[in-house]
Amino acid sequence: MSEVAPYLGKDLVGLQQLSAEQIRAILDTAEPFKEISERPIKKVPVLRGKTIVNLFFEASTRTRISFEFAEKRLSADTVNITASASSVVKGETLVDTARNLEAMRIDMVVIRHSASGAAQFLADRIRSNVVNAGDGRHEHPTQALLDMLTIRDHLGRIEGVKVCIVGDILHSRVARSNLWGLTKLGAEVAVCGPRTLLPADIEETGVHVFSRIEEAIEWAEVLNVLRLQLERMQAGYVPSLREYNRVFGVTRERLERAPRDLLILHPGPMNRGVEIDSDVADGPHSVILDQVTNGVAVRMAVLYLLAGGAPERVEAAKQAPSGE
Amino acid sequence: MNERPILIQGGRVIDPSRNLDDTLDVLLADGKVAAVGRGLGAPDGAVRIGAQGLVVCPGLIDLHVHLREPGGEHKETIQTGAHAAVAGGFTAVCAMPNTDPPVDDPAAVGFVVAEGIRAGYARVYPVGAISVGQKGERLTEIGEMVDAGAVAITDDGYPVSDAGLMRLALEYAQTFGIPVASHCEERSLSKGGSMNEGAISTRLGLQGIPNAAEDIMIARDLILAELTNGRLHIQHVSTRRGVAMIREAKARGVRVTAEATPHHFTLTDEAVDGYRTEAKVNPPLRSAEDRAAVIEGVADGTLDVIATDHAPHHYDEKEQAFDDAPFGLVGLETALGLAITELVRPGVISLPTLIERMSCAPARAFQLPGGTLAPGSPADVTIFDPDEEWVVDPTTFVSKSRNTPFAGRRLYGRAVVTVVGGRIVWERRQLRQ
Repeated sequence: MSEVAPYLGKDLVGLQQLSAEQIRAILDTAEPFKEISERPIKKVPVLRGKTIVNLFFEASTRTRISFEFAEKRLSADTVNITASASSVVKGETLVDTARNLEAMRIDMVVIRHSASGAAQFLADRIRSNVVNAGDGRHEHPTQALLDMLTIRDHLGRIEGVKVCIVGDILHSRVARSNLWGLTKLGAEVAVCGPRTLLPADIEETGVHVFSRIEEAIEWAEVLNVLRLQLERMQAGYVPSLREYNRVFGVTRERLERAPRDLLILHPGPMNRGVEIDSDVADGPHSVILDQVTNGVAVRMAVLYLLAGGAPERVEAAKQAPSGE
Repeated sequence: MNERPILIQGGRVIDPSRNLDDTLDVLLADGKVAAVGRGLGAPDGAVRIGAQGLVVCPGLIDLHVHLREPGGEHKETIQTGAHAAVAGGFTAVCAMPNTDPPVDDPAAVGFVVAEGIRAGYARVYPVGAISVGQKGERLTEIGEMVDAGAVAITDDGYPVSDAGLMRLALEYAQTFGIPVASHCEERSLSKGGSMNEGAISTRLGLQGIPNAAEDIMIARDLILAELTNGRLHIQHVSTRRGVAMIREAKARGVRVTAEATPHHFTLTDEAVDGYRTEAKVNPPLRSAEDRAAVIEGVADGTLDVIATDHAPHHYDEKEQAFDDAPFGLVGLETALGLAITELVRPGVISLPTLIERMSCAPARAFQLPGGTLAPGSPADVTIFDPDEEWVVDPTTFVSKSRNTPFAGRRLYGRAVVTVVGGRIVWERRQLRQ
């Protein structure tokens, strides 16, 4: 494999910087990686000899585990660094962390950080590949990629599909990455949530804005329901969780009135009974666990492409160690 | 003064305080302007400066700088800041009180005065705090601070949220004839924000600071100035509505002066893209419409004063994630070039108006000596080349700090010689004959 990653460049910081072709390449590359996780022996030598650091400055369970499975199933050597938000979020440490990682000659860093721009900050300062696993409110590109892969799996296409992202758009990196990725692939995107949780000038990004969930459900083919964090209520963005559920909750009654069956996504972890009711989350149109499964494949694809892999050479790479 | 007299010959002398714009000589002696005229003779032992092709004007005055001493000496000291000032053509600067400890008593004011004199570059005028500890609770000993040398009061950096206290400050300061300078920010609206609120903050995922945070406080302070008949000086105006409200208040006769900064008339929030912490400043860089309104305000005199809000920070402090980096950028050494490049060359204002905004009006606003070349006034003179083309290179800054969003920018106009109290304190080009 070559030193330069021809499909993605050095880093995956966000979907906003990627072209539609690059996004499609990741999704297409994820397809042949899916079956690895179905094998009895879930390991291929694609990233053998590569060193990957999972640098999580912010608590995360599923994203970190998903990345770690992706790395291990590709035979990379991985190290996890988790730092409590209180002690290490300061940027000065981030600079020093970057320099130290660089000095240890690692190949890739997967970073999760509470500050928007932290992934770019790191990417600008080290030669290793950087994968953004969520930075502040900015982007969470692999989450959006797995959401898109799941939509494509179920609807057969992304172009022209009407996707509404529901909930706290203001604080959501998942919403932003979905918005850029879906728009680039030709989907129609809408957001729905209380005005206090919609960012300024959101209309300028070209999305539809629904202030009532009923209108969103009538319009959409896909709902991507975001978690409502408890601290939003404490900060006064919404008066109560009860009212949020009554006004914005995705319930079976609301979905039954929809003109069509909707695909229900949720990036997790869910607040059952707040943004989504249990009978929707566990219902026939929920693809929430498919998202989790696809997450591993998408992350494998991203790591493979950043390491210099080509989409058309995946099958060969699965047989032989990389770099040979 | 034991300095030798200085005869500045053949320059374009622009002194808006006396409606002067002509090729003339300026004679400085005994720390004062001795004469301005044609074909002046040089007294014995005089230093002769050939200023052909250059502008000679009353020394530039910056009403808004942070010199960081005491407490932030790793960013700047009074000495390095006053040195950077003369490098930028400023002969006087007004030092904000948000140091550590803050300048909120006569002893602290005296310290700044003494350090300024000891530095021996630009004159350093302390601005005292409005409230003790800049906590916004009770007034400082304003009278004693004025006696010690304070020229104004402000809680810049920690805006006064209590309207009642602001009223008291505007009333009480009148006793001593000084203005109250206000950093207008309603903190309940700006809290947690790190850049202008708009499409770019949405895209970057950074919390925005809406124009309303500034507009509401400008409105409040204008109303309080009208109520008290106090003298209000509004710092670093960045919003279109702010400019409009000040324009309207002036028309009503409210005693208000206001600042425009070079960064607000040059840049918009697009400069933040890529999480550029050098462009993180408070009030934030705003939209193109706001920038246009600030330029319009400078042109029509609504914003009487160009001030830098020179805010040095150590490179470590700016080398952080955007949310964690401090607000502020250095301005002393780029202000003149930016003003000429962005305002004079495009024809927004003339050179005389520029000097009015950077020397005469600041002197009047804070009642400082200077701002004029009238005989008998202090021999504070700036000689600058309005056509010199140069590229901003932060590594050459005299200031201790390098945090500028203008690195690499091509500018026109630069100070050549700066004279303070009849002493040549900055000389970038040899003009002595």
